[in-house]
Amino acid sequence: MSTGSPGAAANGKQSLDVGRIRKDFPILDRTVRGGRPLVYLDSANTSQKPRQVIDTLTEFYERHNANIHRATHELGEEATEAYEGARLKAARFIGAADETEVIFTKNVSEAINLVAYSFGNATALSGPLALRDGDEIVITEMEHHSNLVPWQLLCERTGARLRWFSVTEDGRLDLSQAGELINPRTRLVALAHQSNVLGTINPVQDIVARAHAAGALVLVDAAQSVPHGRVDVADLGADFVGFTGHKMCGPTGIGVLWARRELLAEMPPFLGGGEMIESVRMERSTFAPPPHKFEAGTMPIAQAVGLGAAIDYLTDVGLDGIREHEHELLRHALPALAEIEGLRILGPTAPENRGSAISFTLDGIHPHDLSQVLDDRGVAVRAGHHCAWPLHRALGIQASTRASFYLYNTHAEVDALVEGIRHAKRFFGG
Amino acid sequence: MLLESMYQEIILDHYRNPHHKGLRDPYDAQVYHVNPTCGDEVTLRVTLKDVGGEQVVDDVSYESLGCSISQASASVMTDLVIGKPVSEAMKIGDAFLALMQSKGQARSEPDEDLLEDALAFAGVSKYPARIKCALLSWMAWKDATARALAETDGGQA
Ligand SMILES: Cc1ncc(COP(=O)(O)O)c(C=O)c1O
Repeated sequence: MSTGSPGAAANGKQSLDVGRIRKDFPILDRTVRGGRPLVYLDSANTSQKPRQVIDTLTEFYERHNANIHRATHELGEEATEAYEGARLKAARFIGAADETEVIFTKNVSEAINLVAYSFGNATALSGPLALRDGDEIVITEMEHHSNLVPWQLLCERTGARLRWFSVTEDGRLDLSQAGELINPRTRLVALAHQSNVLGTINPVQDIVARAHAAGALVLVDAAQSVPHGRVDVADLGADFVGFTGHKMCGPTGIGVLWARRELLAEMPPFLGGGEMIESVRMERSTFAPPPHKFEAGTMPIAQAVGLGAAIDYLTDVGLDGIREHEHELLRHALPALAEIEGLRILGPTAPENRGSAISFTLDGIHPHDLSQVLDDRGVAVRAGHHCAWPLHRALGIQASTRASFYLYNTHAEVDALVEGIRHAKRFFGG
Repeated sequence: MLLESMYQEIILDHYRNPHHKGLRDPYDAQVYHVNPTCGDEVTLRVTLKDVGGEQVVDDVSYESLGCSISQASASVMTDLVIGKPVSEAMKIGDAFLALMQSKGQARSEPDEDLLEDALAFAGVSKYPARIKCALLSWMAWKDATARALAETDGGQA
């Protein structure tokens, strides 16, 4: 870590210098809705971007822009180096064995679809990963639609059976079902590392151990965990891990699929096109080795470079410090919210071992109405089912309001949220 | 303030005491519509009757879940269309759609006689995310009415 970074001291204990961090995020200075300071509590949806990332994007376009891998000039070399450099940064960030295990996609949804389509293509081609009649794919009821619909579609295409863990009343996976759900017919288990609604952190290692014992692969949707703390793919033990750049201070349009090298070698391609080939004839083609086999066409080059800058930024601030800071915000927010009459927090109500997204319902006030009142005061939250409709059904509710915190949020912003909710109750006469 | 322009007293009244709510029998057509961005939903039934050769909206009944805007809009909609000839009710629906698409700046003055309480939703049109809430029940009603008309046509053929 460079000295003088806005992160904590080297021991990582002292919490962040949030005042300095906020200065890195130009958007946090603006006002909304007629002059109100922005209180941005929607980072689980997408995070804001620091100056360092914005400058990297600008500099790339101003100084180094060229297509990668195919240009035979200096700019092409620079662009290729920047793009491949970002791959290396992403690989180190998550503890990949090497950078050939890191595939760039446009977001985590595409990363998950890549795996699902690759299984589907393997089935059509009778490859080693082919699904057979009676095979099962296991997901959970708390998945984001992005880690749910691709598996439904795969099952429809191949005849495999989709099964899922249900969620307990306190917002955790019902692990009592594990023995029955994960069995010799299971081919893949796909689950979120951290729920985008409940904040629940799932016991991935435990699930991986059971799945591997049954001969199944595991895909982890790490969209909500990678931005907020150290995630090491070797520690997790999973076979596929996906995450998305825009939730971790990076640009939109860039995501990552990490997978074990042997699997990537076995998997048939997802998208065909330029740059993913080894040799092309009119009748058939052979493909480049991973990761390029899975990167067809001109990739989001500047965005990948921007993600590299975001990784540098987060590393510089310190992931442990970020986790600690969010934990402090949770320790403040959870009890303050729980004190509001009629407010029900979904998922774990204690700050321990929990992510910093807090979803809740409020008696008598629909989330849309609540978020409108908050928005009027400059407080940005999300209202709805947060792309987790089955989870909301399972919890017996139609929609919820979600406040989510990140490294730049302050205790005063938690207070603004709480005061805003109280104001909404007065406004609607609740 | 903008917020008060959106949550007019008329809207809050309809929200707290919705008119014509509940599903009633018999009916000519029933539809189920959802707003996929937030999960708001409505099940709506339409009954038509023939009055001197003209189709008239005899009843609109509904069950719905959603925010104040979608609930109030359903209530106001039933007030406006029940008892009206279908052709006239459709005109009101078109005027309401135009109001919602006006972004708070209608090119021509909205027709107060046609829209009555529905005029209160003008403030909602400034919030793109909420327009769908206001339109949910209207779209369901249009859909159900079209189906009911198809039924009666089929019956007469
Ligand atoms: C847990 C989880 N999975 C998947 C996604 C989808 O991310 P993206 O839209 O970037 O593909 C999100 C965020 O929207 C998420 O929170």
